[in-house]
Amino acid sequence: MAFYEKLMGLDRRWVYLSVGIAVLIPFFIPFDVPVYTTPEVKAVYDFVESLKEGEVLFLAIDYDPNAMAELHPTARVIMRQAFSQNVKLVISALSQNGPGMAEQLISEISKEFGKKSGIDYCYLGYKPYPGITILAMGQDFRIPFPSDYYGVPLDSMPMMRRIKNYDDVKAVIDVTGTNAIDFWLVNANARYKVKLAAAVTGVMAADYYPYLQSGQLFGLLSGLKGASEYEVLANQKGFAFSGMRIQTIAHIVVILFIVIGNIGFFISRTQRKK
Amino acid sequence: MRQQLPLTIIFVIGVFMALQYFVPHQSSEFIYEYALDWVIIIGVFAMALGLWSLFLVHFAKIQKKSAGWGYSTIAILGLVYMLIAGALWGIEEGSPFMKIFWYIYTPIQATMFALLAFYIASAAYRAFRVRNILSTILLSAALLLMLRLIPIGPLSGPIQDIDRWILGVPNLAAKRAIIIGVGLGIVATAIKVVLGIERSYLGKD
Repeated sequence: MAFYEKLMGLDRRWVYLSVGIAVLIPFFIPFDVPVYTTPEVKAVYDFVESLKEGEVLFLAIDYDPNAMAELHPTARVIMRQAFSQNVKLVISALSQNGPGMAEQLISEISKEFGKKSGIDYCYLGYKPYPGITILAMGQDFRIPFPSDYYGVPLDSMPMMRRIKNYDDVKAVIDVTGTNAIDFWLVNANARYKVKLAAAVTGVMAADYYPYLQSGQLFGLLSGLKGASEYEVLANQKGFAFSGMRIQTIAHIVVILFIVIGNIGFFISRTQRKK
Repeated sequence: MRQQLPLTIIFVIGVFMALQYFVPHQSSEFIYEYALDWVIIIGVFAMALGLWSLFLVHFAKIQKKSAGWGYSTIAILGLVYMLIAGALWGIEEGSPFMKIFWYIYTPIQATMFALLAFYIASAAYRAFRVRNILSTILLSAALLLMLRLIPIGPLSGPIQDIDRWILGVPNLAAKRAIIIGVGLGIVATAIKVVLGIERSYLGKD
């Protein structure tokens, strides 16, 4: 077999092995990669930063464990930023496995900042059918969620006494790996004019740029890259920032394989023409 | 009658819900809220029905010892365990329910998703070839978007700008066309259902 044919027809196991090594090496050898911030991420950061003490932000945690690596850091850094400014949070989890994700973050970060349920935040939990739930919350949070995730009635919470529906929150930030963002766009933004931003997985990001351009989303965070940008802006370098070195090396390996395949393809075409 | 009654219900509710959107009156809002309650109630019944159906399907597999019956046993045991654990010890962080979620379910899902990286690398190596003009454009766009994530010194700035242009102009134009097309399709289908032209949801007579 000619050299260029070998370049074109590498056994896929070599590709798997290379990607595996490319992921493992930066995992064990720490180094920093520069992170450039984009306007769509900065818009979300600036908005949260501009919130005053006591104002309310709605954080929708709509992702499952499969998107955890990309989206958990985003939700964590936004929650930490909000709590550090004494901004109150209303949190929902409308994907099937979202409640576990949200509960883990809330228990971790509320302890860190000494925040209390019902006073500083309200965790609504999960209800099936996100489209209907989001619509109903536009009337009153109490329609789909008469009580919070822990079974405490919303009316008994000091924080919720002055919060009825989206009119009482400054914005909704949906951290999602599902199509929940479509429901937020149609049922909350279009119908109730809710100010909306999204943090989505890397593969989903291209789908939501039209909404960014139309102004239906005021900001957009794309996958681990978006999370790392946010961590840099918030001066809270963590999992996303360190994860970027792994993602960077993995991408370089993928690009190298594409280049190698194309060199082989180009030489083979030239040989055929001869 | 079996056809006329559901068609009439769909027509009346469909027309009402369409008009309701444009009527900001209290009574209209009240009926709308009432309808939402009904949707949630029907949804909860559908979920119960789904659970029962899941149980029956797997139970039948175990009874007949058909292929993969062992997996069905695990599915039923998992279902029963999560129901009991959630009901008895709650669903707070640290509860038996959450332990299963964090130590079994989460690693399984994360592993499955992580495997995609390997398949994507292999697929990109095989599929991204400069065969013609269109594949060259596709490859160039893909490479530029991947390079966005890689710090390459002074080139990073211009690449970020090019990527923003790709996402904000050609990508946006194509996506918007698709979104508008899908939207029009949804409206057309909804009108057909409300007017009784589309009746496949009624099933066969």
